[in-house]
Amino acid sequence: MTYWQNYHLAKDLADALRALEGAPAPVEVLAGGTDLLLDLQQGRHAPVHTLVDVTGIPELKAIEMRGEKLFVGAAAPLRTIVDSPLVGEHAQALVEACGLIGGPQVRNTATLGGNVAHALPAGDGTIALLTLGAQAEIADANGCRQVPIETLFAGPGQSTLKKGREVLVGFYMEARGAGEASAFRRVMRPQGVAIAILNLGAWLRREGDTLVDARIAVGPSGPVPRCMKAAEQALRRQDYREEVIEAALAALLEEASFRNSRHRASEDYRRQMAGVLLRDALGAAWARAGDQGELAV
Amino acid sequence: MIQLTVNGAAVSVATGAGEMLSDLLRERLGLTGTKIGCNEAECGSCTVLVDGQPVLACTYPARRAAGTMVTTIEGLAPRAEDGADGLHPLQEAFVRYGAVQCGFCIPGQIMTAYGLLQENPNPSSERVRAALKDTLCRCAGYPTIERAVLAAAEALRTGEAVKAPDIPLAKEPLEVIGKAFIRPDAVEKVAGKAIFSDDLKFEGMLHARVVRAGVAHGMLRKLNIEAARDVPGVVAVLTAADIPGEQNHGLVIYDWPAMIGIGERVRYVGDALAIVAAESREIATQALELIEVEIEALPVVSGPVQARQAEAPALHEKGNTLKHIKVRKGEIEAGFADAEVVLEHTFHTATTDHAFLEPECCIARPTEDGRLEVYVGSQIPYADRQQIARALGRAEKDVRVIGQLMGGGFGGKEDIAGQIHAALLAQVTGRPVKLLYDRHESLVAHPKRHATQIRVKMGAKKDGRLTAVETELYGDTGAYASLGEKVMTRATTHSSGPYAVPHVKADCYAMYTNNPPAGAFRGFGVTQSAFAIESMMDMLAAELGVDPVELRRANALEVGSVTNTGQVLRESVGLTDCIEGVAAEMRRLGGEKPFVGRPVEGAEHLRRAWGLAVAYKNTGLGGGAPDKASAEVELFEDGTLEARSSSAELGQGLVTVLQMIVAEEFKTPLEQVRVLVMDTDLTPDGGPTTASRQTYVTGNAVRHAAQALRQALTSTLAEKYDQPPEQVRFVEGLAQVNGRKISLGEAASIVKGEGREPRALYEYWAPETKPLGEGGDMHFAFSFGAQAAEVEVNTRTGEVRVLRVIAANDVGRVLNPLGLQGQVEGGVMMGLGNALTEEFIVEDGQIFTDHLARYRMPSIVQAPEIISLPVEHPTADGPYGAKGVGELSSIPTTPAITNAIYNAVGVRVDRLPVDQEAILRGLAGK
Repeated sequence: MTYWQNYHLAKDLADALRALEGAPAPVEVLAGGTDLLLDLQQGRHAPVHTLVDVTGIPELKAIEMRGEKLFVGAAAPLRTIVDSPLVGEHAQALVEACGLIGGPQVRNTATLGGNVAHALPAGDGTIALLTLGAQAEIADANGCRQVPIETLFAGPGQSTLKKGREVLVGFYMEARGAGEASAFRRVMRPQGVAIAILNLGAWLRREGDTLVDARIAVGPSGPVPRCMKAAEQALRRQDYREEVIEAALAALLEEASFRNSRHRASEDYRRQMAGVLLRDALGAAWARAGDQGELAV
Repeated sequence: MIQLTVNGAAVSVATGAGEMLSDLLRERLGLTGTKIGCNEAECGSCTVLVDGQPVLACTYPARRAAGTMVTTIEGLAPRAEDGADGLHPLQEAFVRYGAVQCGFCIPGQIMTAYGLLQENPNPSSERVRAALKDTLCRCAGYPTIERAVLAAAEALRTGEAVKAPDIPLAKEPLEVIGKAFIRPDAVEKVAGKAIFSDDLKFEGMLHARVVRAGVAHGMLRKLNIEAARDVPGVVAVLTAADIPGEQNHGLVIYDWPAMIGIGERVRYVGDALAIVAAESREIATQALELIEVEIEALPVVSGPVQARQAEAPALHEKGNTLKHIKVRKGEIEAGFADAEVVLEHTFHTATTDHAFLEPECCIARPTEDGRLEVYVGSQIPYADRQQIARALGRAEKDVRVIGQLMGGGFGGKEDIAGQIHAALLAQVTGRPVKLLYDRHESLVAHPKRHATQIRVKMGAKKDGRLTAVETELYGDTGAYASLGEKVMTRATTHSSGPYAVPHVKADCYAMYTNNPPAGAFRGFGVTQSAFAIESMMDMLAAELGVDPVELRRANALEVGSVTNTGQVLRESVGLTDCIEGVAAEMRRLGGEKPFVGRPVEGAEHLRRAWGLAVAYKNTGLGGGAPDKASAEVELFEDGTLEARSSSAELGQGLVTVLQMIVAEEFKTPLEQVRVLVMDTDLTPDGGPTTASRQTYVTGNAVRHAAQALRQALTSTLAEKYDQPPEQVRFVEGLAQVNGRKISLGEAASIVKGEGREPRALYEYWAPETKPLGEGGDMHFAFSFGAQAAEVEVNTRTGEVRVLRVIAANDVGRVLNPLGLQGQVEGGVMMGLGNALTEEFIVEDGQIFTDHLARYRMPSIVQAPEIISLPVEHPTADGPYGAKGVGELSSIPTTPAITNAIYNAVGVRVDRLPVDQEAILRGLAGK
């Protein structure tokens, strides 16, 4: 089967948007393609007329500070994110998550934008972005706008991006402040598809022995990737001790809806792993926040 | 048109719709060194560098490569000043370290490693593993690959030659035998110049595809091919009605239809219904989708226990029982009456797939003289020829099977696959026809390892001496017999382990089901039964409070023992030496109490322990089957020698062994010897490459042929120079007649001058064996092995990691230490996969694991340190004393791992693969 008829290698954002508008449907934005191309090849995605490749657009590959914010381009290969000292400084969970996706070959082509647009409930990059409270920048014919990343998900594998009209440009995250740090952990299964059985990201701000603020995202914990608001609340303005973590875990288990998934993991196992990962990720972030030094993985 | 730089040269090339970089490289530029193993971004074989970064060419749009610099395996080597191709240090190291076996994954391995060394000239072992994480090798010489990359890195840093590997020689090497030699095809494989079936192209070649049932059980009611026939570019669409010869094929029993006819029974989802040949693969695929199929679904038989129940639908005329296999020795009831402890437990093993990295491919081509050539990587070329001719309704001599390099087989390329389909289409169209399976089709169609349920009841004295072993096996042979009867016979006869047990009763039911057929797979049934019996041995050791090493030593087969089939072992039983060697090394590494679980310091939730298992495996077909191989050795006037046999080279290293045997017999350098295999016109029948038999059987054939030729040369030279034959010697690549030196080429000319051909054909018959049930020698040789595995279990997650494996193998005699290293590392990794990662899932006849993404074979990051301890108890009739090792090395690994898990955390695994959730549940229940 011919998976696409026309391939447009966009030079810049305007070019990409024009190509999207001008092409006969169906048209798809193509970033790294490590998901979309496989879906096309294996018949999970119907053949398209035009693919608009955005990986050559300089702006979408940028990784830089913009004011007080870290910007990571949606089409930056994961490898460049993992290797970036800036991301390592400000978004440790993102480095850890991106470093666990695929192997080196996949990380040389796969992108964070693709991970988010694929909208899997346990996308590693997506969970890390949620943990970091990222804003997504979206471009369409009318210009660019920023939205909280959690608004991008409609259901498993379904994003709210308007197909063929919108392009993910990149992600903004707050620069790491004093006492702040993040971490990402996951559990895999040696059999079957190499997607996390469960992954979890934690971001926190500490003052001395007090956990001032926290963000926790866990996947798959429902149809869309999301933060665990109740668990975050249970952690806020608390001393960092076992009872607090217990309470946060209880809140998380209440809030998350873990599923039995065939040949992957049972709900029970996921609940147990949530405890393991919460402790590990919080512990790592807590230590880093106290450390305030380089990324200590 | 796009412009890019490929291997340093500017290229301007057209790209089509939907085209990937791999298509551009392989099809448009003819750079076939880039291999397609899965076409789904899982295996890494297609790795190339784009602007210095390794990427997967199979999922990299060709158009995206515009303006980039692409480097493929063909572009890696520096070109020498004289224009000859050199080797990059990575290529050199892969060759010298023996990292090349079947070679299919090697371009991907080397390119991925090259990408790493470009940015990190001094990587740690850990970095090498991280870089090669998703570049899979099924021959699985992962430790050797790692050593080769590190050696290449060092050579690149220092500018010096690649350091020689440290390969221990055999204990008593001969002139050639027992020393390490590089396989003759290694250089072309690392250079990306090795040609596999899919790399071949012929003028006017058509592309075939197969319509498969997709339904596990039913009756084919309707098949409409009209619309498919009308597609422009479609040249032929054939159905069962178009088979001119016999409809059924099979290796032992002809029960497998090449295509299912209307009104006939569909028995598994992979059953072929129609075949299409078209001008391109895309057109053939398009035509497939236009074929209308109507199948009346029937209730599915989804497992062997269900298949034996009275109400199960009968899948074949004679019912669902392919074979009830029985082993009887002594009086089982007396044995249990004599026992002071009796244990009983049931184990389950999973269906697994060979997942050789080269999917099946064959090309059938009509020749001008009216014959048909079939180019294919097959483990049994003469059986292919016979089955193709039978289906075509033609004489066998009308068909020539020309074996190609094989990207792994492991038993999975014994059954005939697309060969019949390609041949039918070539015969009808008069054009060459290529039939390539994609990974999905490979997973769906070819026979698997039998899923087996094994109940073991074991009786013993308090001191650990076994008094009785009773086993009951249910083997799932799937829709067709394949080698199911043979495989399950081996599972049954080996089900009480390599032990001298006075009373044995074993019953096995090899059952037809609606699952994919199951057939030969490295280990051949013994993999399954060894898991059960070796788990039971550790359970018995725990029950009795006996050391697992001692328990095995006390019961081990030795010279003079009688096996459970009544065979008296007269020689070559190295089991005790294997056990003692492994035990000593294990205690050296793991201390005096290796079986006692202990926490890791600073990470108390991680617990480690060692586990032990032993195994034996027959060499050769046995069971009364005539086991013979023919080989021919010829001397040419240029002084080179050639050995010929149809035996298969699938990566295991047979060609090197045969080359070494000829070199040994003539005391000539290895480079003077060529080996030609797998051609039914040019090579005599070496029989099937299965049952770890070729080193022994074809090795003997080649050795005898070489000796016969040497004797013929001796008498000719003796006569010509009027010397007694004792004065004729072969040394240093020359013939010496009473001090006079005559080159081998000259000797060939002398023979020719007398009107004779300097060649000898030998048909070797292995020692006769007896069928099961008759007592006597069921097999002419057994190899023995012991392995100890050290595992680490994460008690918070249930995850299991294998840290070290010690593997002792009694191979009779080590012929090529480099080849043995590859077989041992690969065997251990395959056993590890069987334990931890691999499960081919079929539910109600439908295949869940129909892509490589869902079927995971071990990666280099899972490779433990592997310590190989060769044990040499020569067997009298083996070449220089050698027995087989290909299967043996993979068999004890799984139970060694599961026993180690038990020792580490007290959870007994009785169902494969190991499930980390079950480990955690087991821990919670304690």
